[in-house]
Amino acid sequence: MAEAIAELEKIVSDELGKSASSWADAPLRAEQVENELAGDLPSWYLQMRDEAWRTFIAAPVPSRRDEAWRFANLKLTKFSGLQLAQTLEAGQAQALVERSVAGEKSAARLVFVNNALVSSEISDLPEGVICLPMNEALIQHGEKVREFFMQEEAQLGGKKFAALHGSGTLSGVFVHVPAGVELVGPVEVFHWMGGAERVILPHTLIVSGEGSTVSVIDHYQSIDEDAAALSIGMTDIVAGKNSKVNYVALQRLSRSDRQVQMGSTLVGEDAAVKTALINLGAAWVRNENISRMMASGARSDMLALNLAAANDEVDQRTLQLHEVENTQSDLFYKNALYDQAKTIFDGLIVVEKGAHHTDAFQTCRNLLNSDEAEANSMPGLQIDADQVRCSHGSTAGPIDPDQLFYCSTRGITEQAARQLISFGFLHEVIDRLDGDEIKEVVNRELEKAFKVVSE
Amino acid sequence: MSQVLSISNLKANVAGQEILKGLNLEVPQGEVHAIMGPNGSGKSTLAKVMAGHEDYEVTAGGITMNGEDLLAMEIDERSRAGFFLAFQYPLEIPGVSIANFIRAARQARLQKGDELDAVAFYKEMYGKMDELKIDRSFTGRAVNEGFSGGEKKRLEILQMMMLEPKYAVLDETDSGLDIDALKIVADGVNAMRSPERGFLVITHYQRLLDYIVPDVVHVLYKGEIIKTGGKELALELEDKGYDWVIQEFADQEVAVGV
Repeated sequence: MAEAIAELEKIVSDELGKSASSWADAPLRAEQVENELAGDLPSWYLQMRDEAWRTFIAAPVPSRRDEAWRFANLKLTKFSGLQLAQTLEAGQAQALVERSVAGEKSAARLVFVNNALVSSEISDLPEGVICLPMNEALIQHGEKVREFFMQEEAQLGGKKFAALHGSGTLSGVFVHVPAGVELVGPVEVFHWMGGAERVILPHTLIVSGEGSTVSVIDHYQSIDEDAAALSIGMTDIVAGKNSKVNYVALQRLSRSDRQVQMGSTLVGEDAAVKTALINLGAAWVRNENISRMMASGARSDMLALNLAAANDEVDQRTLQLHEVENTQSDLFYKNALYDQAKTIFDGLIVVEKGAHHTDAFQTCRNLLNSDEAEANSMPGLQIDADQVRCSHGSTAGPIDPDQLFYCSTRGITEQAARQLISFGFLHEVIDRLDGDEIKEVVNRELEKAFKVVSE
Repeated sequence: MSQVLSISNLKANVAGQEILKGLNLEVPQGEVHAIMGPNGSGKSTLAKVMAGHEDYEVTAGGITMNGEDLLAMEIDERSRAGFFLAFQYPLEIPGVSIANFIRAARQARLQKGDELDAVAFYKEMYGKMDELKIDRSFTGRAVNEGFSGGEKKRLEILQMMMLEPKYAVLDETDSGLDIDALKIVADGVNAMRSPERGFLVITHYQRLLDYIVPDVVHVLYKGEIIKTGGKELALELEDKGYDWVIQEFADQEVAVGV
């Protein structure tokens, strides 16, 4: 082990010597190696991490010339002196645990503060269900994790971020539901972060066995108001035959924090996966999501609800990949923009050769509540099969004046009408979520965030 | 002060073209008046002007409601002052539930800082929905989205019942309704008739007036009221069409040397 660490330190110092990375500095790596000394972690994993670190160093920083970063404000992608978030003292951490309010029917609640697990309450789960923090899962169920862990290439521009994520100590959970098991109530995971230029690396890996059902909610929240912390997260979902997976990433970070959240969804035969990105805060959000429809009957619903205000930038890149016959995907993104906020949507539908009878839809709508807000859309369609039903559409515009008129004729003031219509515009995404409890929690958080932004 | 909805010498343009050409009309509180007229006579323009739609420009004349200058008010103020328009083509508002929509309208009528009593509100609304045979599950549906013609019209009447206006204008509320829906809508309106409320029912067909029996019937033609009579006038129009009224009006104008 000591040799391995020495080896790593050598890599770090070599890289530093080359000044290959002013983008993110080595303390991140050195610190973690020192902290961890986790002899129990499987060697394949430690090797993967080293490989990821090398990839991180080698990968180019996002550039203007790169189509995957078109329209992006590259200043937001620059970091210096990044360090792993610091462990809080017990009292502070406990206060955050108390603020991590999960639904009554939740199957589990795990709370991470600055990348460290501080609380784990797991109800009596059905036999065979694994619901563990990543590091414990790696130790206890190493081979199961290995089969699915970071198998997908980050191909939507965020390779450097993905590599940095893969090179570090991960927070987050591994949820594995065996065949035929229905997990009642969602697994709720809270990720708190704080500290300037401090990083958390939340990882969510969901694997559903044949005919199983599972729901997971990730909550991302800030410890303090203006810390400028960073979350680089990844959510991978592997949905087995005829299984049903529901996933919600509920981000309500403060307007000085930044988040990179990447995800891949692998959908098996007759499986249905619904993922929802709910972005209610953060100065910068970069989402990269890929859905692969890998067997007949696979269906992926990709939802996003984005409330962008001040100088926020919400940058979302997606890929819907139909690999075989008879599969479906439906992407539905809605953005409400205020002030000088900016959104970027770059989405591609690919229907591969022979993937006949594909249904693939893509909708991105922007509601502009300010003349200074900016919405960019780059929808794309690449079809190499027959008898497909595909559509893509993106719109950007202010509130329909006829809708405002109708509200006014009922005595509703203009300001209240604008709030009502904008809220309704976003609420359409909530209407598409599954499960009353999930709908309620998202609705409640949207109401809170919306009030602040729209008044 | 006279308790009346009064329209005097109203002239209005749409896209630069004069549609209302000096319209005079009085609907006293407690009465139901009907406006009939052929297509293009200006019926819907009148409704839109009263509601305050920005595409309609008033060039002369005025409208008062119990002495208050309606046209001087903002659109939302008109509603809060007691004016209501049931739309011919109600708008869809995706994502906004019926309950939230009507709640917002009721909330707007409260003093600043006062909160609507949600329990009482739902109780009242459910009662009225039952009267109009609107399924209670509709409260969660988005306003008018995916509704049939009949459902939209019933929702307009529900809003009217919940907002209890002093004067209500019903713009072609019968269009697109089958006979059962028509009866339900008419029952709703009739239940609202009171000495404190006036109605102006705009319709193309006499059929609606079998169920909402008017006190007075007006004929609108080319932007003016050309004849006013009792409820039997509607039957006569149904029977004989509009030509005789138009001819009678032309003869009058000749006689007075217009």
